[in-house]
Amino acid sequence: MKGASPVSPNLYRKRRVGRPIRTYWQLYVMLAIPMCFLFLFKYGSYFGLLAAFENYKILKGVFGSEWVGFQNFLKVFAHRRFGDALRNTLLLNVLDLIFGFPMPIILALMLNEMRQKATKRVSQTLLYLPHFLSWVIVGAIAYQLFTYGTGVVNDLIEKMGGERVPFLQEDTHWLISYVVIGVWQSMGWGTIVYLAAITSINPELYEAAVVDGANRWKQCWSVTVPCIKPTMVTLFIMRLGQLMGGSFERVIALKNVATTEYTYTIPVMVYDMGLLSGTSKIAQATALGLFQSVIGVLLVIGADYFAKSLGEEGLL
Amino acid sequence: MIATQTVKRRRAIRRGPGYVAGTILIYLFVIVSAMLCLLPFLHVLAKSISSEALVAARKIVLIPQGVTFSAYRKIFADPSILQSMFISIVMTVVFTLLGLALTVLAAYPLSRSYLRGRRTFSFLIMFTYYFAAGIIPDYLLMSALGLLENFWGLVLPLAFSPWNLLIMKTSLASSFPESLEESARIDGANYFRILWQIVLPLSLPILTTIGLFLAVGRWNAYQDALFYIKQRTDLRPIQLKLYYLVITASESFQSAESVVTVQTNPDVLKSACVMFATLPIVCVYPFVQKYFVQGIMIGAVKG
Repeated sequence: MKGASPVSPNLYRKRRVGRPIRTYWQLYVMLAIPMCFLFLFKYGSYFGLLAAFENYKILKGVFGSEWVGFQNFLKVFAHRRFGDALRNTLLLNVLDLIFGFPMPIILALMLNEMRQKATKRVSQTLLYLPHFLSWVIVGAIAYQLFTYGTGVVNDLIEKMGGERVPFLQEDTHWLISYVVIGVWQSMGWGTIVYLAAITSINPELYEAAVVDGANRWKQCWSVTVPCIKPTMVTLFIMRLGQLMGGSFERVIALKNVATTEYTYTIPVMVYDMGLLSGTSKIAQATALGLFQSVIGVLLVIGADYFAKSLGEEGLL
Repeated sequence: MIATQTVKRRRAIRRGPGYVAGTILIYLFVIVSAMLCLLPFLHVLAKSISSEALVAARKIVLIPQGVTFSAYRKIFADPSILQSMFISIVMTVVFTLLGLALTVLAAYPLSRSYLRGRRTFSFLIMFTYYFAAGIIPDYLLMSALGLLENFWGLVLPLAFSPWNLLIMKTSLASSFPESLEESARIDGANYFRILWQIVLPLSLPILTTIGLFLAVGRWNAYQDALFYIKQRTDLRPIQLKLYYLVITASESFQSAESVVTVQTNPDVLKSACVMFATLPIVCVYPFVQKYFVQGIMIGAVKG
């Protein structure tokens, strides 16, 4: 969309004139089918957002309920657990960003330095593996490994003379485990994009750097990193958009009754209010969800604007 | 011979001890990270095929002892797990085929630069990617469409994904130039025929990639099933079943006769379940890995 074509706009227009719609109406017929899906399932959902501004009653539906403006938003913001949910969402996602974002970059730079093809390929295959496991599976494996009483990691720690650690059964430890497990799950898969960006770097840049006497570290820092910066910026912007959301599946797969301090995030709160506690709070849950989506979009637009003002390419 | 030796020595001199140490550190770091990805898996695998007594005594770390497949036999005796597996497989297959069809049908027209309204359509599609309505509106819609407690509620809503479309569109724009299309047009082919006889065969690799993205995504997701499938336990995909079985432990195993209480160490059974649900992915994973990497790279070029 953005990569402006070298063809001049005039030529572009000429082409358009050269191919009238009636010759390619069949393309619109094809496009109509996925667009129907889009309108039915994506744009259809947007009607449900009306519930956020209504005294929503299931029986009256979205179109028949009484309009109350921003009342639901005010109620949600005044909810006694809203502060917790907001704090936890930001906390989990910011930690995730701080630790999860650089890790693939570091790994990719290291993989790039590996000259031994076989070792590199096997390592990559293993590193990608966690990405293919569902969060339920990751959660189940995590509990097998880290449970206080029977987890194998705790057994090993004890064998080596240490004390058992409540990795998943105490709030602060849970928070750390949550972040570490997230990094573990995504670090390998995240390298692919960066490795792709690295392979497209012009080798002459490295040759020039070598002539200038740059050692490996210097080459990495002054050639590779600047060349993959646009990729980093793009991915960073996309991750910023998730700062208000985050994976619901991940939280509920890892949480347990002992650790509720940090697991109450905005998506969990939406689920609790809207789908678990009857129908009376559906409107408030919708309002909360809308709040989350809007902040997400604003974050993406803001980050994009900021990146562009710094001279980066941006995303939108 | 002598020349190569000199070159080698020169290199060795230029790359001093710091270089060697750096290389060792890099290899160490990467190999340890890779092992961290593999070992948890091996541990669970070892537990799932070890004898219960040894698992209970916490003797199993990575190597299975007293190998027995009784836990797996119990899984195969539990009709609800097999049913969930069946639902998951059918759901994934139908979802993938539908998703592929929708992606191609949208990507081909949108990859043509002469298509009028192309930008508008692309915007309408990408808008939904950045601005999601949220859990509750989605739920209300499913309810209105009668797709709650319904197999199709797990298949239809997510089948058309903007992200896959973007990958497919980018790929088609470069692999199927408009000049080639033009010559097919001159030979008298209509657009449907071009789609069927040229676009599809031409984009088989990228279709494989997207098909795999769709399949793995559908196989692993359970959030929508958690929301939409509550009463109809026979419609639960395997991941949701596992969620109830292993994570919340709100359900126990059923044996075929259902009166007999299953006397098994829960850890062994849980491990076996985890392996059982992951096996399909782990089995195909090494063979399809390159396709995934390909797709990500196309997406990356687009940014």
